[in-house]
Amino acid sequence: MRPLLLITLSAAVLSCSQAVYSQQSSAAVATPATNAGDSNPLLGLPPVPVPANNPQTPAKIALGDKLFHDKRFSIDGTISCSSCHDGDKGFTDNLPVSIGHHGLRGTRNAPTVINAAFYKSQFWDGREPDLEGQSKGPFVNPVEAGLANHEPILQIVRSDPEYQAAFKQVFNAGGEQLSMDHVSKAIASFERSIVAGNSAFDRFYFKGDKSALTEQQHRGFQVFLAQGRCVSCHSIEQDHALFSDSRFHNIGVGINAIQGDVPRLAPAFLEAKAKGGDVDKMVLTDKKSSELGRFAVTDGFNDLGAFKTPTLRNIALTAPYMHDGSLKTLKEVVIHYNNGGVTPANAQVNAFLSGGIRPLNLSDAQIDDLVAFMDALTSEQFAKPRPVAATQGDHHEKH
Amino acid sequence: MKNINRSRRQFLKTGGALALGSTLPISLVELAFAEPSQNFSFAYISDAHIQHIKGARFVRNWDMGLKRAVAEANLLTPKPDFVMFGGDLAQLGSKEELDHGAEIMSALSHKLRYVMGEHDYYLDLGAYWEKLFGPQYYSFDHKGVHFIVLNSIRTYDDWTYKRWPTAEQRMLEMAGLDNPNGSPFMVGDEQSKWLKQDLDKVAKTVPIVVFSHSPLQKIYKGWNFWTEDAEQIQALLKPYKKVSVIYGHVHQIQYNQIGNISFNSVMATAWPWPYPSTYAQAEQYLPKLTVPMNRADPFFERDATGWQFINVANGNVDLNFTLYNNTDRVVRFDNLKKQPQDRDYQAENARINPQRHY
Repeated sequence: MRPLLLITLSAAVLSCSQAVYSQQSSAAVATPATNAGDSNPLLGLPPVPVPANNPQTPAKIALGDKLFHDKRFSIDGTISCSSCHDGDKGFTDNLPVSIGHHGLRGTRNAPTVINAAFYKSQFWDGREPDLEGQSKGPFVNPVEAGLANHEPILQIVRSDPEYQAAFKQVFNAGGEQLSMDHVSKAIASFERSIVAGNSAFDRFYFKGDKSALTEQQHRGFQVFLAQGRCVSCHSIEQDHALFSDSRFHNIGVGINAIQGDVPRLAPAFLEAKAKGGDVDKMVLTDKKSSELGRFAVTDGFNDLGAFKTPTLRNIALTAPYMHDGSLKTLKEVVIHYNNGGVTPANAQVNAFLSGGIRPLNLSDAQIDDLVAFMDALTSEQFAKPRPVAATQGDHHEKH
Repeated sequence: MKNINRSRRQFLKTGGALALGSTLPISLVELAFAEPSQNFSFAYISDAHIQHIKGARFVRNWDMGLKRAVAEANLLTPKPDFVMFGGDLAQLGSKEELDHGAEIMSALSHKLRYVMGEHDYYLDLGAYWEKLFGPQYYSFDHKGVHFIVLNSIRTYDDWTYKRWPTAEQRMLEMAGLDNPNGSPFMVGDEQSKWLKQDLDKVAKTVPIVVFSHSPLQKIYKGWNFWTEDAEQIQALLKPYKKVSVIYGHVHQIQYNQIGNISFNSVMATAWPWPYPSTYAQAEQYLPKLTVPMNRADPFFERDATGWQFINVANGNVDLNFTLYNNTDRVVRFDNLKKQPQDRDYQAENARINPQRHY
């Protein structure tokens, strides 16, 4: 059994049904919510933002699900979206940086798909505004699926009878009219169905159930709100909590690798970009370019080494952490913040450090409490012990 | 937010018609005349307030602000001709603070010039500062522009020399805001005489840029956003065709026009001050032209510390401000109204809304 996922049929109407993620068929089966005594599985989340030109429908989500798991859309037939965003691993791959075709490594840690629908921009550096745009990139990145262009994908979906029927049904498109926009819309719709709230935190904070958290987690939440300053970026609103501000901050991770080199590197990157260099390729294939962070998108020095605030929902499932996967545990993450974003191993000053990052003077007990609190952010459907994933069939990448 | 390199190149190509700012807590000043070959630029960093704790320890936040400015100034291409520092390098004027500040500044790969701030001055009346950085007031010419640097934070001799039992106490009294024991800043007779002599050598058509620490206008006495002899100094500058005063001290965006003189403040790298109008305990004259910045995000230590990309086209200054975690601001010299103006936010209904993300 894969963890249960949610499918939101519409952003406006929170009538949610659950889909059983089966290994035999990747088509989502809508069933009524049956968790006895369970509160709203989307507790703590706002309505899913859905673009007007791409409404959610069950058929479209099912089609996106199929595309998401199709390995044929890669240069060697081994890589699908789910290779790095594996439903059994919190929709990540639990690797520091992802592995693409022929074992090639990129520069960045695969972000979870769960609740990605809520970000104001996609990718660690926000270089795509939405999931539609985001979903196209990895197919043609040299260290991911490795295709030269999207043409092979279109050839498959235009000729495969199952896809033909599905695209006809969902978009009324076929043949030459069937474009990459249709493919990306379907994938994005599937991704928008992967939303999960209803964690112990949500039951405490939005339902008033104090017993949902342990004593230690309650103490950790106070650290989260006050001395730890976490909530300033991992935000909690009055009626929902995304645990991300969707903004970009230099928190002192990775920048040290290029600090002394920035005066040469930044102008060189802009030069390459001006000459038509592909940002997506540059940042995923070149470690130094990757560490420029949001700067690669905006050209603003204010964004040097800045990366998007990731949601903390289900964070316990998605180790290792940070944009480069350089921190193995949540405790390491908290220690990094507690040190004011300064890596002890590196004495060099990070001049571009966000003004929000400073030493926190947390005690060891407070650090442990904060880590315990983050365990309370795992959604109900992922919180259950998950059976070890079966390895038959073609669903699981061996990394 | 556009990249400064590109906007500077653009400026150098177009004479600054549409140059845009970027994100450095420094000012980059561009001067343009009829001859494009005469275009040049310089960067401006101000109000670092390096503060000694003890031993080798300094207040981290102020260090970080200055280090960021220096690191980013080093990213400028093409390189600015020189860098100005606008005063208050130190917090309490000690040798340790000035040394530490000078050391951070020494990472700049440009020619450096300094303006005296009251936090640099009132411990030893500038003695150690002079050893490090040179004279307290001076002038220089650069590519057709006459630059004047004043020490505008002096005060009455009686207050300076006779009132305080120790130099440390004198420094602390002048470092405080709303301090009834304080004394208003002034340029003073000695410098006024020098200034007159200096100006006498300059043709009336030569653009003049004056750097001071205090505003050379009277805004709010309680915080010394004030220069006691402002009118006299303005009178000396009046005969000249194009005059710009660029001042620090106020840690916020201000701009004004008095007769032929444009006034522009530069940002601090340390912290922002609130506007006196939000606080005034006494009469205040915040320039009508000024549209205040929106409130800084208190979470981000660097927010509302910022920099100005300044174009001086035909001798008039245009400032492009960038505020960390905040919205860019542009204050341009309006050639029709003959005054600096923030066109985007001048209208009440166009002002930046307060932040809502926390």
